[in-house]
Amino acid sequence: MTESAKTESLHSPPPVMRPAKKTGIVGYGAYVPRYRLPGKEISRVWTEGNTPPTVPEKSVPGLDEDTVTMAIEAARNALARADIPPSEIGAVWVGSESHPYAVKPSSTIVGEAIGAAPNLLAADWEFACKAGSEAMQAAVGMVGSGMIRYALAVGMDTAQGRPGDALEYTAGAGGAAYLIGPAEDALATIEASYSFVTDTPDFWRRDRARYPSHGQRFTGEPAYFRHVTGAGRALLEGTGTTAKDYRFAVFHQPNPKFPQRAAELLGFSKDQIQAGLLCPQIGNTYAGSALIGLSAVLDRAEPGDRIFVVSFGSGAGSDAFQIVATDKLPERRTRAPRTADYVARRKEIDYGVYARYRGKLST
Amino acid sequence: MEIARHWRLRRQRYALEGEQCGHCSRYIFPPRDICPHCGQEAGPVRSMSGKGEVYSFTVVHEPPTGYEAQAPYAVAIVKLEEGPLVTAQLTDVDAADIQIGMPVEMVTRKLRTDGAEGLIQYGYKFRPLLAAA
Repeated sequence: MTESAKTESLHSPPPVMRPAKKTGIVGYGAYVPRYRLPGKEISRVWTEGNTPPTVPEKSVPGLDEDTVTMAIEAARNALARADIPPSEIGAVWVGSESHPYAVKPSSTIVGEAIGAAPNLLAADWEFACKAGSEAMQAAVGMVGSGMIRYALAVGMDTAQGRPGDALEYTAGAGGAAYLIGPAEDALATIEASYSFVTDTPDFWRRDRARYPSHGQRFTGEPAYFRHVTGAGRALLEGTGTTAKDYRFAVFHQPNPKFPQRAAELLGFSKDQIQAGLLCPQIGNTYAGSALIGLSAVLDRAEPGDRIFVVSFGSGAGSDAFQIVATDKLPERRTRAPRTADYVARRKEIDYGVYARYRGKLST
Repeated sequence: MEIARHWRLRRQRYALEGEQCGHCSRYIFPPRDICPHCGQEAGPVRSMSGKGEVYSFTVVHEPPTGYEAQAPYAVAIVKLEEGPLVTAQLTDVDAADIQIGMPVEMVTRKLRTDGAEGLIQYGYKFRPLLAAA
């Protein structure tokens, strides 16, 4: 028995989280910028084409885009699907590791832009790639306690990749916004959730550092797999379900291999994760990754379909959710662009244009 | 940079907040004290839908100070579906593909940045209507 397993065996896992009043997703919206950088371009520039790219291509934000502008568009899509007055939103929370300001909330700009200001809570969340799903957990809590009627949780990133680093192949841009509200208004109910967190130094970015650092292979077993399966298993056990009870599963997707392996470890098939696996087309959208996978699934799910979602954030931790589509979903999803519409909108750029767009050239 | 001015105009810049004249029912953007159509007092406040079409456009290759980072970029006069004409940048489009009459929609983007430490100004731009996949 390993040291950590010994410690954990002293505590039986707590029951899954369910708020006093059931909540759900009343609106959701995705966003992916227009530009795509093929992995072979990165390989050409840094390794004379000798490194096989992790993903065929990744999304790149335009010169006038950042986490704030992208969160605003996703939030507008969520609002269009929810069809509620923005003034009824009681919290706007944006999770990202690429907030444009170190001090000044992205959330106040998003809240103002969608017309939710001024009577609301607003703050930015930081937990690497799970900042958005953490905001969702908090939204379920505040809505489920009856303190507010609706909360907006966004996971959005314009991920930074050090030039030539392995992560440059996948560091993409995009994400999704979720309006959490009462279950009776929901297009998908949130049945239960779980969170699993430890101090694991797999990936970080120090204050004022431009690019993140990572622990190479340390990012796999002790980080991604331990937390994703830790949260995932606890949610399955705590809800008395198995992989067979779900039509779709979505995992944080830093590359195509990790979510496929996590699915396998938890008993899910490739078919179950296919609809929510966007990493091969847009790369790793960090805080947006699991959440935009979920938006792609909601674009296709039918009433009654059960959806399993597990995020992962370095540092490290995972949030897991059990979600069930309601009969409101098919009509409501037609009110805003689908995730696939953004993924299909693409203009290919080369490494030079990418270097300019991402501010990797200084004048 | 005029921080106070940007702050004062934020509802116009983020949400195309204008007016619909209470006397002649015509739409006004940006908001004014007097309706330019009927000469009566303007108001109440009303946000434009953000949908419109390119009325005219040009491409800026020699940008004014503060806009260098995004050049070359297209500037258009957009005729909103409510009627008002708005001058704004076009985004997410190649200059060669822009046509007069092209349907566009409002998006919120970075307009300019006041150096590496100053304020980031956000506001409206227009892009071609997002196509269904």
